Amino acid sequence: MIYNYYPGCTLSTKAKELDEAARKCAEALGFPLVELPEWQCCGAVYPMASDAIAERLSAVRALAAARENGGVLVTLCSACHHVIKRVNYDMANNKDIQQRVNNYLGLEVPYTGETKVLHYLEVLRDVVGFDNLKAKVVKPLQGRQIGAYYGCLLLRPGQVMSFDDVERPEILENFIKAIGATPVIYDMRNECCAGYMAVTDKSICKQMVGEIQDSAANAGAGEFITACPLCAYNLLENAGATKLPVSYFTEVLAEALGLNEGGAD
Amino acid sequence: MVITEKEKAEMLSQLAATNVSHCIQCGRCSANCPVAWKMDVLPHRMVYALLNGEADTLLEANSPWKCLSCFACAQRCPKGVSPAAIMEAVRLTAIRSQGGNKLNPNELENYNDKLPQQALVAAFRKYNK
Ligand code: SF4
Ligand code: SF4
Repeated sequence: MIYNYYPGCTLSTKAKELDEAARKCAEALGFPLVELPEWQCCGAVYPMASDAIAERLSAVRALAAARENGGVLVTLCSACHHVIKRVNYDMANNKDIQQRVNNYLGLEVPYTGETKVLHYLEVLRDVVGFDNLKAKVVKPLQGRQIGAYYGCLLLRPGQVMSFDDVERPEILENFIKAIGATPVIYDMRNECCAGYMAVTDKSICKQMVGEIQDSAANAGAGEFITACPLCAYNLLENAGATKLPVSYFTEVLAEALGLNEGGAD
Repeated sequence: MVITEKEKAEMLSQLAATNVSHCIQCGRCSANCPVAWKMDVLPHRMVYALLNGEADTLLEANSPWKCLSCFACAQRCPKGVSPAAIMEAVRLTAIRSQGGNKLNPNELENYNDKLPQQALVAAFRKYNK
């Protein structure tokens, strides 16, 4: 299987750690990521209006490129995953969007949702398997109490994302167990971090991040992991008195697989 | 050409493409909305306003500009209605009109340099055309 990979804009710049750790770990775990030769920013937010055609094109270009190279597209950033997965769903199920996007792109073979979009975590769960992952861990993160922060985009809408149980997800907790740490379940793990309000109304971020940080700390978490650069930013930059550290899940994965030069960082 | 409120409401309904007539006004969307405390028209009232063709209430509300597009409302609605899609329809109606942009790039010069690109792209998609 070819693991075509869509990094997205933020992973090439502000969230390089998320991307670099992901590539090394994928290599070590036997699913090397092959970056699409050309890709454009996904637009960061899913265009909800059915007449928003231009806003869907970059996702469809990436999906069509992956179709021509084996038919699997791996994503990592929660926002990219959300946008690409939902646009793919539209291309498979909404005839009007399908036709208008194809009229515009003029591909040799019209694109109708053939590519399978997999989040990196889904590859770990469904292709590698958490048991096999566990067997490859050389530095189990024993004693670490980790709160998985899902946020909103990976899970919702459940019917389209079909990532995990939309209200009681466990994929990140099972991942945490596989790398030898202890998952901490807390109420706010699948509530929004306030996202793009970081640009337009920080008071909303401060309020919501405060609730998330307190909820995790009160449940006994010592740190967060996340898959989303904007969640990571809000959790840290808009925290109040409680400020648990935040890592990307691929960073703790690299740590557990012993892939960080010089040991712990 | 003068567009009546009823016509505006029809355009909003088409853009939102969610079946507001199924709404039972249970308020679960508003109870689950993490920014309801900042909104002048709560999500369930946005649904009600659209159902009643009150386009001006929708277009004057601050709610769409506080909405995070987190989809908690739509996910947890027992009737499959999407208040999030109504918020988007109102935003688009506003920003697609001439001079409707809400975000002045010059005001962002001093943003935190750790802010991920994703946040800027998202904000410009939501607030500007
Ligand atoms: S949750 Fe659904 S049914 Fe209940 S008020 Fe909101 S939109 Fe209406
Ligand atoms: S999508 Fe908007 S209206 Fe719906 S729950 Fe989230 S913030 Fe509230």
